[in-house]
Parts: sequence; C-alpha cells; structure tokens
Amino acid sequence: MTDFPESSIALLTVSGLSIDLRLAGRWVPVVTDVSFSVHRREAFALVGESGCGKTLTALAVIGLLPSVARMRGSVKLDGRELTTLQARARRKVAGREIGFIFQEPQSALHPVLTIGEQLTRPMRVHLGLSRQAAIKRAKDLLEQVQIPKGRRIFQEYPHHLSGGMSQRVVIAMAISCNPRFLIADEPTTALDATVQEQILDLLLGLRRDLGIGLLLISHNLGLVAQYSDRAAVMYAGEIVEADQTRRLVSQPLHPYTIGLLRAVPHLGQKVERLQAIPGYVPAVEEMPVGCRFAERCTVMCEKASNHPDLRPHADGARARCWVPQGDRATS
Amino acid sequence: MKQLLEVEDIRKAFVMRSFSGKKRVQAVRGVSFTLRQAETLGLVGESGCGKSTTGRLVLGLLRPDAGTVIFNGHNIHRLQPRQLRLLRREIAMVSQDTTGSLNPRMTLQELLEEPYRVQHLLEKDERRQKAADLAEEVGLGQSALGKYPHEFSGGQRQRIAIARALALKPKLIVADEPASALDVSVQAQILNLMRDLQQHNSMAYLFISHDLPVVEFMSHRIAVMYLGEIVEIASRDQIYSAPRHPYTRALLDAIPQVSSGRKGTPLRGEIPSPTSPPQGCAFHTRCPQVMNICRRESPPLTVFGDHVVTCHLASDSDSEYADPTETSDDISGCGEA
Repeated sequence: MTDFPESSIALLTVSGLSIDLRLAGRWVPVVTDVSFSVHRREAFALVGESGCGKTLTALAVIGLLPSVARMRGSVKLDGRELTTLQARARRKVAGREIGFIFQEPQSALHPVLTIGEQLTRPMRVHLGLSRQAAIKRAKDLLEQVQIPKGRRIFQEYPHHLSGGMSQRVVIAMAISCNPRFLIADEPTTALDATVQEQILDLLLGLRRDLGIGLLLISHNLGLVAQYSDRAAVMYAGEIVEADQTRRLVSQPLHPYTIGLLRAVPHLGQKVERLQAIPGYVPAVEEMPVGCRFAERCTVMCEKASNHPDLRPHADGARARCWVPQGDRATS
Repeated sequence: MKQLLEVEDIRKAFVMRSFSGKKRVQAVRGVSFTLRQAETLGLVGESGCGKSTTGRLVLGLLRPDAGTVIFNGHNIHRLQPRQLRLLRREIAMVSQDTTGSLNPRMTLQELLEEPYRVQHLLEKDERRQKAADLAEEVGLGQSALGKYPHEFSGGQRQRIAIARALALKPKLIVADEPASALDVSVQAQILNLMRDLQQHNSMAYLFISHDLPVVEFMSHRIAVMYLGEIVEIASRDQIYSAPRHPYTRALLDAIPQVSSGRKGTPLRGEIPSPTSPPQGCAFHTRCPQVMNICRRESPPLTVFGDHVVTCHLASDSDSEYADPTETSDDISGCGEA
C-alpha cells in the first residue's frame, strides 16, 4: 500500500458533489458535498449501508444519473472537467475512458445477444476496430479475465453462464476500450464467497497490470479492508470518515465507523452479543440539520445540534465528528 | 438428552422443464442431522447447495423423495391434516423476504393476532393483549400496532416476522437467511434479538445462512453443505479452529476479514450444476487436495466424537487430520495445507 499525498495530481477528482432526487414533487438532497480523489494504480473504496449515496456518487462520476436526479459539483478525470461536457462527448468518456462493473452481472448483459457480439460492439464503436480485429482482441480479453476456453463461450448467451463467469465477461467488457479508470459497484455481492475472492483478485490484478485507478463500492468493511488502499465511509449522504484503509479499520476516528466494525460478527470471536448500532438511518426527507449520526451515536456530544465539517486529522485522515475517538484525533 | 428433531437421509429432486427438455435438479442428496431442545444448528453453504430446500423439508412444506423427518417422535410427513395443523404450533419459520410474507393490508395488530386466529386460540380480548405483548417483546412498542407493513423499515419488518413466528411458543424455528437482506447495523439488532428470545423461550433454531461469521455467532453446532450434501458437521468451535473438510477450510479462507491479511489461494472454478453432480466426491472438481480415489468413490462418513466429516482425507489413517485427539495440532496443520 502506498501513501499518496492529497496534493499530488490525481487521476479522478470529485469535489463538492451534491445530488438531489425528485421525490413526490420536490427536490430532496441525497448526497451532500462529497469530495475525494483516486490516483493511478490505486484502489479507493466508498463504503456504507444501503441508501448512503455511494451508488449515486458512482453514477454521477460516469454521468449515468437517473432523470429524476440533479447534481452540483465537479468531476475531473486527468484534470478534464466532465460535468460540463455535452451529452455526446460525455458518453464517449463514459464508454471509453471509464469502465463500469455493475452488481448484477446477469442484468448488465443483454439476454438475446451472444457474448461475442456484446464483447466486440464497444470496441467497434469506441476504438473503430474492424470486425476481425475486435474478435481477436475479445479473445485476448477473455484470456485476461481468466475464462478457460474463452473461444467456446463466444457463441453462447448470458443465461448459459454462471454468475462468476458473467461477471468476468462484464469485467472484460469494462476493460475492452483501455479505460483509465474502473468503477466497480458491489461487484461481488451477488456472488458466492469462494467466487467473490476470485473476482476481486482479478480486479486488483488488472488495476496493477493496466495501471488504472479503481473505485470500489461496497457495504462490506471486511472486503474493503482487504481490497482497497484508501477508503471513505459514507453515512446519510455524506462522507463521515476517510483515510488509508488499514488505519481506517484499525484506528477509526468516527463513532459510525467504530459502530460498523463492531456490529458484524468476526470469525473466531466467540462473543455473546453483537454491538448493534441502535435505531435506523434517518429518512432523506427528515434529515437532521445538525450531526446526522447524533441520534444513533454512543458518544455524548454537546455540539450535535450543529452540523460538523469533515475536518483533517493526523496523517491526512479526515473525520466529520465533533468528538473524534482514539489517539489520532487532533482537535 | 432427547432429540427434538431427527432428520434421516432425506432426498429431494425437482424436475425443471426448459427448451432443451426435462432436467432433474438434485437439490438435497441424503442429508441427516439432529437438533436438541434450545439448540441452534447453523446450516451454511453457497447458493444452490440445498440449504433452503432442507429447511422447507423440515417445515413440512415439501415432501421428501426419500428419508424421514422426525419431530418430537412424529414423522411429520405421515401426519393427518388435523395433526399437521397442530404441528404448525410447534414449528415456525422466519424467511428472508418480509415484503412477501406480510400481508400489506393488515395492521401490525392484525398481523400479530393472525397466528392465534388461524389456530382458533384465545378470545378476542386475549388476542389483543397477546399482540401488544409480542410487539413489546420484539422491541416494536405498542404505539406501532396501528401501522401497516409499508410504514416499517426492513429491520422492523423482520421484527414483525419474528414476533409472528414466536406467537404460538414453538419448539423449533426454521430461520432462512433472516438477517441477510438487512444492513449490518440493523442485522446485529436482529441477531441479538433472536439470541435473547432463545434464552427466554428456550426454543431450537435451524439457522440457514450463506454468511459463515453470522452462522458462527448464532449457532451451537454448524453443518456445512455443498451440492446437496452435508460435508462436515461439528460444534462451532471445531468448525472454526479445527475444520476437517477442505471445503470448510476454503469457505473460512474466502471470508474477507478486517483484522487478518490475505490467506491461501482462492478455490478454483465454481459450483458444478446440481443437475449433474460430479461422480465420486462432489467437491473433487475444486478440491485443492484431490486424490485419485475422490474421482471414483464417494467418501464415507467419518466420525470423531460429535465431529462428522465426509472426506477421503479424513478417513485415511495416514492423513494429518485423522487423529481425533490431536485437535490442537490440526490448527497448525490447516495453515500449511
């Protein structure tokens, strides 16, 4: 794991990203002021529970927000602003420079087109390859994602493939146009544990070999701990803590991160009770004006009625808390 | 101590019709286990291993092709409809999908009274009181009694499902992935609740899940399933610290943990199709320690006290896993394997 100073030029920079959704006739904020950057050859993780805004953030990066959403803020790839591009230019970036891997491989693939057809099409459109050249490259790609007998599945349809195989095909498609950046949104949540391991090893290997940046989105802190270099924890639409992953899970600053780590059972731990986080995430329509975690927080805090900023701490860590925990907290 | 549930060599196959003709999916291929009163047996395995089908066979929702399910001395698949109705008071279920199992037009009050009404138990006033008590017991509070399912969050709906399962004071609850659809902070609340309720009401759980750390937290004993068979069954401590089946070890290794670094190499390949399970040992196509015999013969059951494993390695006397007295050495042995 390497330490990247925030100031060095990043591959992807998201700053001040806010997203509103139109719900029952009015705009409701669902992502608020999210900023992070990802460097070349780095795996950066966004981790949080459902509804925290991690997937919407990823969709905003690639420009695929649903029509009921509006966004503010900036998304830069290699210094180039993406949010102000025209739709046509934006699609070019989305298809060619950023690869996207979805949670459900079966629904990401077209059910009535053969694997070969689906794999070659983006390369013909974005790279202008001839049919023959695209087929040749597709076969190399299948080898790269470690599909044995890649040739054979060329003629097959998605429903013939297992979940793990489909996800390998989706990954092959995502890297087919030599992207500079990959986004993987819960890439293994639909897969079994033993297959999950294979897919994540593959993704990390590709990141290293191709020298690209990876944004990994997951609800699983254990997975994030093993497969990312840096990570940001999101809660109720905000980043509440960001740090190098190893430090984030070993010396967390924010009570929510601490709560998440304690809430899941760990193998061999033999505890009698889990430390659940009491209560539920506030609904987007009823977001508190002060600290959004205050109602569920175990720490007594007098300032909770005021909204805390994401403040820097030792070694480049950031936490959105009035009373950060542990020795590393600097107030 | 007397067994509450004895499952003996049950088998179940489904016929699947598709364009390419009929296929027999062998979902459960000879599963046996027992469950004592107030005990939790965890049933863990990956998708398609037959754990949910096993749960449905135990509930009597499916009829096995062969084998028996004995509950409290009765073969549940031989009962008359009237007796079966009485059995429903003794065995309850909690499923993963609460949106599908709670009637959207009923209030919490009606949902909690329904088990008593269906069984013709109690007078109206008593049912009302019971519903209020149940809501309190699972932490929903009486003020919620007038609400409909859609007004509750996922975690709260799972509490409703648990309250309904609890209503008739069953001796056994079959819980199929009861917390898997929930976020981790809420999942912990539900798992704690289930453990508390077991202590107060001393019922047994058949706890079905793909999530090994969750199963380990909940269970006294754990059965690991692969392709319709139980490959290993033991106390939770033995499964964790001295697993004997290579598949159990691979499952343990595959779980990304916050505290530990990377472990051994991942298992190759994927689970074969249950329409045509491999000859010999079903796991031989992926096993890192596969031997010639594994491809030809299905492994025998090897018993070490209450630790049962089906693997040729375990039955082989030369194997490092063979000596049941050397459990502590086995831990180091696993690391090298």
